[in-house]
Amino acid sequence: MTNHTLSVLVENVPGVLARVSGLFSRRGFNIESLAVGPTENPEVSRMTIVVAVEELPLEQVTKQLNKLVNVIKIVELDPASSVQRELLLVKVRADATVRSQVLETVQLFRAKVVDVSPEALTIEATGTSDKINALLRMLEPYGVRELVQSGMVAVGRGARSITATATR
Amino acid sequence: MTSATSRSESNAGSTPSPSQLGARPKPGPPAGTPVRVTGAQSLVRSLEAVGVEVVFGIPGGTILPAYDPLLDSTKVRHVLVRHEQGAGHAATGYAQATGKVGVCMATSGPGATNLVTPLADANMDSVPVVAITGQQTRALIGTDAFQEADICGITMPITKHNFLVTDPADIPKVISEAFHLASTGRPGPVLVDIPKDVLQEMTAFAWPPETHLPGYRPTLRPHGKQVREAARLIAGSRRPVLYVGGGVLKAQASEELRQLAELTGIPVVTTLMARGAFPDSHSQHLGMPGMHGSVAAVAAMQRADLLLALGARFDDRVTGKLSSFAPDATVVHADIDPAEISKNRKADVPIVGDCREIITELIAAVKAENERSGPPDLDAWWTQVNSWRDTFPAGYEWPADGSLSPQFVIERIGKLVGPDAIYTAGVGQHQMWAAQFIAYEKPGTWINSGGLGTMGFAVPAAMGAQFGHPDKQVWAIDGDGCFQMTNQELATCAIEGAPIKVAVINNGNLGMVRQWQNLFYAERYSNTDLGTHKHRIPDFTLLAESLGCAGLRCETKEEVDEVIHRAMAINDRPVVIDFVVGKDAQVWPMVAAGTSNDEIMAARGIRPLFDDDEVTA
Repeated sequence: MTNHTLSVLVENVPGVLARVSGLFSRRGFNIESLAVGPTENPEVSRMTIVVAVEELPLEQVTKQLNKLVNVIKIVELDPASSVQRELLLVKVRADATVRSQVLETVQLFRAKVVDVSPEALTIEATGTSDKINALLRMLEPYGVRELVQSGMVAVGRGARSITATATR
Repeated sequence: MTSATSRSESNAGSTPSPSQLGARPKPGPPAGTPVRVTGAQSLVRSLEAVGVEVVFGIPGGTILPAYDPLLDSTKVRHVLVRHEQGAGHAATGYAQATGKVGVCMATSGPGATNLVTPLADANMDSVPVVAITGQQTRALIGTDAFQEADICGITMPITKHNFLVTDPADIPKVISEAFHLASTGRPGPVLVDIPKDVLQEMTAFAWPPETHLPGYRPTLRPHGKQVREAARLIAGSRRPVLYVGGGVLKAQASEELRQLAELTGIPVVTTLMARGAFPDSHSQHLGMPGMHGSVAAVAAMQRADLLLALGARFDDRVTGKLSSFAPDATVVHADIDPAEISKNRKADVPIVGDCREIITELIAAVKAENERSGPPDLDAWWTQVNSWRDTFPAGYEWPADGSLSPQFVIERIGKLVGPDAIYTAGVGQHQMWAAQFIAYEKPGTWINSGGLGTMGFAVPAAMGAQFGHPDKQVWAIDGDGCFQMTNQELATCAIEGAPIKVAVINNGNLGMVRQWQNLFYAERYSNTDLGTHKHRIPDFTLLAESLGCAGLRCETKEEVDEVIHRAMAINDRPVVIDFVVGKDAQVWPMVAAGTSNDEIMAARGIRPLFDDDEVTA
């Protein structure tokens, strides 16, 4: 199964997240990641949903999503022609003996240290899943004490945009 | 942008089908002049404005405010039912019989949860129903207050959409949107949940409201290229079948279907949900496909080279084992719901749109194609189809124990009552026999629970149909199991003046389950004997009398016609006939669940051998 990234414009109304997530679970589709947030239009929210399915079930997912009255528009974003980012906050064990090595890794990945204490560093990183996973692999030997990650957000490359008005 | 524009876009250039017109607001008070009213008054005025004639429901704590202005309404009649499930099925029966939106009303908590089964039922069968429920006051929502249930959360997967109204000013808009959603596109149930204090608060009412549904744009006009491709496939086909589903009835496209069938000469099968969409008396009609379909219908689909699916959804009860269903057929799939297309069987030519528009355009495209290449030669196909029809006609054997044959009873009801009546059914053997042995000639005359298979559907659905058509005879063909689930609505029928006829096909058992136990569980009859024969508990004639109905009983073949005539003559109250029939009668033909349609048994042990009479075209 391959991952597909769906950009879903929905009405910004109560219950819409439950409608979308409920649909995935009752139709037997697994959500790999989901991120919701406001858009340039206050009446519209945008969900970025990563789902691991084959082509034909993906068609069913999008058709079923489209049937939800609060769903305005669905676009599949191809990784090659879109910018896809995840946000990672990770607390790594780093006392004085290893701190400089950890900081080197942070710099290599163009990540940032957002909090520091005698025993630990908190690192913020954004990037594709691949980059985030590579960074985590490098940090693991030092001891990951806490890890929190956002769902993926994505936007298409180029001047064209996905907006609710474009559908009308 | 307002959805007023998006609505006109979705309807642009198309003739709206009657189901869409159903949602068009009728004139209320002069537009744009808001009146000060309570939320409850706003609700009742909104229902009047969308043209509601009947509401089935039961009042209770949180919906009480709405019942006060309802008392004064001269346009909306409220029918006080005995159980909210009855209200929901009555709304469904009303909607199926009239094509209008059925409306039911209940209070919060248990009132609302009692609507869950009928809403799930209407959702599976795409029936336009609006349910209005009371809800605890806004401040108490989420506190586990008395009679609080999150009915929007509960019904989310079983409604087309639902609303929780949090501002009384939204009531006209929400009601207008609810009726629009329920009745357009692929119809379905919509629930509107209104907190008690929203009903009590003062607000402004103005009609028509501005609606806003930016994500709802059903496609009605089919794609011309797809329609022409379908016509081209028809011209090149040698073994085509028109596979007609309930969508044809929803689109009110029976007349167009008849034209298409006669123009092309293609054999027609009508699914359980489409019985009546094409006259049973028509020579091109092969009957019902599927698990208990006719051998000709099932065989024709299995051997078809082209399936034209119109408003059908390739349900497992029709296809049998999907991988071996109609293996040689190219599939043209026309449906208003894009999600149905290629959901179960991959469509070679998908056509999204309203069935009436699709069939109308297909007729024109077929005529153009015929001028170019002449109509397809279907003589060899008809020879084959007719041989199945002649060899395996619909029929039944009389029980060896001398008991009354249930099929005979149902067949006689159909013959004596005729094709103008409305027939409803519960779920089980009696439902299948009613689908097989009553000849349906007209749309809207057969109402049953197809998708969900809801036992107890017949009586309340018949009640709803009777309120929709007070002048027609409405017959509920019911089983003794089903009848014991919802017969309390006969009290409603008796008091509110719905003289329905209920034929209880009483075999003393949960007949269909017993049939499966007989066939697949080594005749171990676990918990299927209801005792209605053994102990005559309940005595259905006495039960009927106590519910204000006439109670009749029939136990022999000789009495059947007479008792049906007697029931037909009683119109001042409902009638219940206890037809005491044998318990061993079975529904045939049958395709066992999960097996290929090629394994169809015409009767026990009789498997039509397709391999011997393969058509050579």
